Amino acid sequence: MADVNRGNRPLSPHLSIYRWQMTSASSIFTRITGNGLLVGALLIVWWLTALAAGPQAFARADAVITSWFGNLVMVLSLLALWYHTLAGVRHLIWDAGHMLDVGQSEKAAYVIIAGSVVLTLLTVVLV
Amino acid sequence: MAYLTDRKRAVGMGSAKTGTDHHWHMIISSVALLGLIPCFVFTFGHALGMEYSDALAYYHRPFPAILAVLTLMVGFLHFRNGVQTLIEDYMQGMARKVALIAMICLSYSAAAVGVFALIRIAL
Repeated sequence: MADVNRGNRPLSPHLSIYRWQMTSASSIFTRITGNGLLVGALLIVWWLTALAAGPQAFARADAVITSWFGNLVMVLSLLALWYHTLAGVRHLIWDAGHMLDVGQSEKAAYVIIAGSVVLTLLTVVLV
Repeated sequence: MAYLTDRKRAVGMGSAKTGTDHHWHMIISSVALLGLIPCFVFTFGHALGMEYSDALAYYHRPFPAILAVLTLMVGFLHFRNGVQTLIEDYMQGMARKVALIAMICLSYSAAAVGVFALIRIAL
């Protein structure tokens, strides 16, 4: 029978035994940023809804989003957005069959981190 | 159940079912967002901080409005597929089902609310 010794067999080692690496860290951050962007996206939906609803609703939403805390959330969302966008480009390159070895992936990870910081600063300055 | 072999239990699981389709849709939406996101960031960033009447006039214009509609629709569809992967990776059983249904409903609802607001501004 196939179920003999089920639940009592050695399992392959998981995340906890590995040291931090650029490849895994940059991948984990892609997931965190992508899902975390929900917060910024919902704030934008709220802002647009308030804009459609009228001046009073707009004043309320706009005050929250342009407060220091709102600004902090929006700038962090911007950083997450650029990071996730650049990491998405790396995924598209991988899907096309390029840059699949560790060295190139690590180099791309540094480009993604530096690029997202630069793009965030550029956006903050230009907008 | 106990008479099933391990192989038989695994066949048809994971990407063998709808994984390829899911991945392909992720590629389509990510390429679309690659064009939409920079444009949206700069148009929305331009409007954010405006007075009420200026912001209303700005989103009354076709380019920023259509861009925002597309970004919200494609963005929340991309999020719906992405969060599905997150939930499937870390949750099991009933909690997984509840979380999937809740997040998918939230994704479609948020997109619908945003698009409705933009239509109302445009009309």
